[in-house]
Amino acid sequence: MNCIIIDDEATARAIIGQLCSNIPNLTVLEEFPNAIQAIKYLNQNEVDLIFLDIHMPDFTGFDFIKTIKNPPKIVLTTSDANFAIQAFEYDCIVDYLVKPITPERFQKAIQKAESSPVSATTSSSSSEHVETTSGNDLYVNIDRRLIKIDIPSIYLVEAKGDYILVKTEDKNYTVHSTLKKIEEKLPDSLFLKVHRSYIINVQKIIDIEDNSVLIKRDVIPVSRSNRPELMKRLNLL
Amino acid sequence: MEQPNLSYIESMSGGDKVFEQKLIGIIQKEFPEEKQVYFNNIAANNFKAAAENVHKLKHKISILGLVNSYEAAVIYEHNLIEGSKKGQDDFEAILQNMTDFLETL
Repeated sequence: MNCIIIDDEATARAIIGQLCSNIPNLTVLEEFPNAIQAIKYLNQNEVDLIFLDIHMPDFTGFDFIKTIKNPPKIVLTTSDANFAIQAFEYDCIVDYLVKPITPERFQKAIQKAESSPVSATTSSSSSEHVETTSGNDLYVNIDRRLIKIDIPSIYLVEAKGDYILVKTEDKNYTVHSTLKKIEEKLPDSLFLKVHRSYIINVQKIIDIEDNSVLIKRDVIPVSRSNRPELMKRLNLL
Repeated sequence: MEQPNLSYIESMSGGDKVFEQKLIGIIQKEFPEEKQVYFNNIAANNFKAAAENVHKLKHKISILGLVNSYEAAVIYEHNLIEGSKKGQDDFEAILQNMTDFLETL
């Protein structure tokens, strides 16, 4: 297997290069301090695996993935675990390494890369990815841990500034994300955005008044523009 | 204040002393440059850019085994993103601590 390393930090490139040198049959073809140079290289060379830093100035790792047509397998590297949830949107991403990378964790990433099927293009729909690869589960990043949430158990998602509050039957989760991002992950058949700050699970509705809906003990406002869609979803007598 | 150390570098080098020296050399070159960019941005009250610099410096903080300092840097980065300099003195003390350590190598 061959690979390239993309990271604007020379220290990180040196560490990944050293970790690669300890893996038999893994050859580092090139290192790049920015994604633009790597794109030019990929246009002319075949690569099996990319170690890609997310947090780079001007052109991020995610910008890079969106730009290349048929991305090879990618292992993301970052100092920030908060991007992990976004990583699940791309089929080509086989693992996610938080710096500083340990040899043990690096080896595990290589094993994942070797065992994963040949990479395809980026997923066109993040919600489709969740349904096909994770069934009814949604993974959220909280304090550097990916927590699994059973999607049907979610009854309410509320926007709270830079965070969202995900309420389930058992527990509530505060996640650094946006309502728009989680809306893409949730199946339309169950969930509906009823207000710019609220997504509800329509199966959990207890009752509806003119401009509000009761879910569990939460009274949620329904905006005028979203009310027709909500009414369409109901099995009205 | 906790002291920087080479535990991580030694653990990942697999005993390769040549690589350890090479990596220390890269850090000694790159760290002052990143630090200076941070000081320039914070002096100009460019909080967003300073947060980016702190983000980048976090990696070197963790490489030098500074666990508590890393957590302080995470909070400071977040504060900068929110438009606050809270934690600046502590963070800059961490940078000085690292500077002093790197000069001894």
